[in-house]
Amino acid sequence: MASSPSDIDFRAVPDAQGRFGRFGGKFVPETLTRALVELEQAYLEAREDEAFQRQFQELLRDFVGRPSPFYFAERLTALAGGAKIWLKREDTNHTGAHKINNTVGQTLLTLRMKKRRVIAETGAGQHGVATATACARFGLPCVVYMGEEDVRRQSPNVRTMKLLGAEVRPVTTGSRTLRDAINEAMRDWMSTVEDTHYIIGSVVGPHPFPMIVRDFQSVIGQEAVAQSQERLGRLPDVVIACVGGGSNAAGMFHPFVPLEGVRLIGVEAGGRGGKPGDHASPLTYGSPGVLHGSFSYVMQDDNGQTCDVHSASAGLDYPGVGPEHSFWKETGRVEYTCCEDADALKAVETLARCEGILPALESAHAIAHALKVAATLPADQHVVVCLSGRGEKDAAEISRLRGEE
Amino acid sequence: MSKVDRRLEAFRQQGRKALVPFITAGDPDLDTMCDLIRAFDRLGCGVCEIGIPYSDPIADGPVIQASYTRALDRGLKVEAVFERLSRIAPQIEMPVVVMVSYAIVYRMGLESFVERAQAAGVSGAIIPDLLVDDSAEMDAVCRSRDFSLIRLVTPTTPEDRAVKIARESTGFVYYVSVTGITGERVELPKEITERIQWLQQQTDVPVCVGFGVSQPEQVTALSRVAAGVIVGSAIVRRLAPAADGSIKPRECQVADVEAFVGQLVDGLSTQS
Repeated sequence: MASSPSDIDFRAVPDAQGRFGRFGGKFVPETLTRALVELEQAYLEAREDEAFQRQFQELLRDFVGRPSPFYFAERLTALAGGAKIWLKREDTNHTGAHKINNTVGQTLLTLRMKKRRVIAETGAGQHGVATATACARFGLPCVVYMGEEDVRRQSPNVRTMKLLGAEVRPVTTGSRTLRDAINEAMRDWMSTVEDTHYIIGSVVGPHPFPMIVRDFQSVIGQEAVAQSQERLGRLPDVVIACVGGGSNAAGMFHPFVPLEGVRLIGVEAGGRGGKPGDHASPLTYGSPGVLHGSFSYVMQDDNGQTCDVHSASAGLDYPGVGPEHSFWKETGRVEYTCCEDADALKAVETLARCEGILPALESAHAIAHALKVAATLPADQHVVVCLSGRGEKDAAEISRLRGEE
Repeated sequence: MSKVDRRLEAFRQQGRKALVPFITAGDPDLDTMCDLIRAFDRLGCGVCEIGIPYSDPIADGPVIQASYTRALDRGLKVEAVFERLSRIAPQIEMPVVVMVSYAIVYRMGLESFVERAQAAGVSGAIIPDLLVDDSAEMDAVCRSRDFSLIRLVTPTTPEDRAVKIARESTGFVYYVSVTGITGERVELPKEITERIQWLQQQTDVPVCVGFGVSQPEQVTALSRVAAGVIVGSAIVRRLAPAADGSIKPRECQVADVEAFVGQLVDGLSTQS
């Protein structure tokens, strides 16, 4: 791309075809096109409808517990020994992660479209819990597809979903993780599209999902912009978020993207290292291709088959990434890097012991990178990290990985 | 005109309907695929559809997905499929088309994919995740090379869109008989007959109908109104390993499928 970021209108994407530059679009079976068109129309109307937006804002305030805190991590800052580190506390939301912002919004859309059943996929279980929660709030039946491997790694979340009245269907195909859960949810939707809405959990999938999820998650970045102005008297110098499918990062970055001078860094799951199969970092190591209905960076072999990927964190264990991230990467507006399992695990403990905040293993990837970046910057600079979720769900898995059980 | 166009036009002139069997490349192996293609040709099938295994097929049901997984687990490569198809192409009259995900086509390069497919004697492709709205580039490549780009119309497709899809389709139009994924169904929706007739009135391109067809009686009913009937899962299921993981000898499998497809061919309507 010849144009520099300042020439690009980042607010103008996606276009009418659902493209973010050359990324995005709709690569789905014909059966789904009508539902996607209906969803887009319903969403575009809802976006302009004051009553809908008021209801969404009220739920974010009273049900989710927003705005989420903008927390100065004093001892973490001292440890890094450089720029000041601030945490955007999505872990304090109802259900403990950013996922609820999107599920509340999409549940309202489900009701608006008069669909009577909800399906979802989940990796770490956070989106499953958030979907089950929003569905319980409005009395909608909910089926959550979850890879068998993730059911094992994230069993507390499975129990929570069941208590909330959701049906959890373990997925035994393929790699038995998030990617296969999305395949199964898509298949369900192909057969039930007339009365079912698919609440996808990240900024992935065919248009209009990446746009809808980004918009509902943008409350994170909007609050962070306002909180920065209020607390710092200016915008931050650096904003960092972890990227799996990329919904917390998209929500955090989107309001900052048009604001020049704010450096944005997305941190992918570096797993065990850079060899194929050892990580889940398509923006770092992959190339553009088609997966789950969208054209974006993906981990694929020369035959176009999706590669198996690895991350200790179930929420980042995904071979693709949202198309807007690919667009931001290609335009140079956002930098992407990755953080390996070992560093993320260490960051969990560091944040827990420095600040009394146990982060999700996913969010710990961003924390680990923030420590590195802050250390290189002067004390009058500010680094804001999206702490996308809390870490109780990972406690047992972390013990297992350390060989403590 | 591609080989598919010519074949289905010849069938039409003879008042014949086409059976379009589907098998997965490389499940259980490529030798079986070749034997079955020859068997389908002997039986007078209209077109043979070969599924190129893909790791994340969202349009396919459990039977076909499982067959894709088995083939990929054995290390199947697209190149190997094309190589074997090129060897049997001179031995058969029936055209072969591939069902392939756009992920694979894109990775290989659009031109390169069509070029290699044609070199292997493949006459067209069904790309279920490439919508008519997003396929100008692929369409241009296929038209310039007389390679059929077979498109799908489903029960949820609005009428104006169905007309557009049918007219842009080459080879045939694939009418999906039920909402959902591939797989066998006991009953087919009643309104389907009218819908096929309506669609065929909108275009000169022959309409073939598939998804959920498994019995000769269904073939009879559908072929009264459609130019062809596509049968997939019911064949692929016969080639799957038994519950204990065992696979019958190749000759038995080929004979079994040949007998089954023979019954389906016999079920084709002779009223025109």
